[in-house]
Amino acid sequence: MTLELVLLPAAALFAVGLYGALTQQSVVMLMMGLELMLGGVVLAAAAVWHHVAPVAEGQVLIVFAVTAMAVEMAVGFAVVTALFRAREIDTTDDAAKLRG
Amino acid sequence: MVFRFDSMARATYALLLALLCVGVDVLLLGLDYLGVVVVLMMTIEMALMAAFMVMFMMNPAGLAPMSMTHNRRGAALLSAVVFVALAAGALLTPWPSRRGDVPPDPTRQLGRSLMGGQMLTMMVLGLALFATIVASVVLATRRGRYDRFGDDLRGRPAEPAARGGLPR
Repeated sequence: MTLELVLLPAAALFAVGLYGALTQQSVVMLMMGLELMLGGVVLAAAAVWHHVAPVAEGQVLIVFAVTAMAVEMAVGFAVVTALFRAREIDTTDDAAKLRG
Repeated sequence: MVFRFDSMARATYALLLALLCVGVDVLLLGLDYLGVVVVLMMTIEMALMAAFMVMFMMNPAGLAPMSMTHNRRGAALLSAVVFVALAAGALLTPWPSRRGDVPPDPTRQLGRSLMGGQMLTMMVLGLALFATIVASVVLATRRGRYDRFGDDLRGRPAEPAARGGLPR
């Protein structure tokens, strides 16, 4: 498994996630796009750790990305819950105005 | 497939499959601990996401075909450009040969780093997770007593809401 063979799927994951994050109206589907993007980052960081520099800092970078995934998901769900409870909306277009 | 399914539940399971593949790839690259963490975390996250789908989203089972997207053409163009740029970077970069060998126990390497030179990173991540817990609970709970009574909790609203319903 060469470095390029792993980096290409990672780039594809990132691009597909970006497409989802930009196109989806549903907040939950938007979060799915962000998860895919961070999944690509995790995969690329693991590949670079294995093939280029197997130092501890590479693993710490993966821990950082995984933590970002968890934080994004938790805060995202909490925001969706708050939005739905306040105004019964679940799409980004409806939530464009912060007040109203 | 994640963004092609009508059913949001199916999209969730497609995302779970994609992220499980990421976890297996991380395992194959020699990072046993982080691979298992990714697999376990994604499984739980997607189970939670499926529950939120059923709770909040319309059409969770995909019974009625629908599209909830916007700006597809621009997003596809931008994503394609990003993919080409990343792929070109991956293929054209003269990657250096590996410095040093993969440690026999990467988990030990990570643990010693987090409890040693990267302690500050670990502390920041811990604080961020704690702040996330507090923020999530605050956002997800209903209106609290501060919303009803203001800053001074000893006081009470001057005109309490009139009681509704049938007389008792």
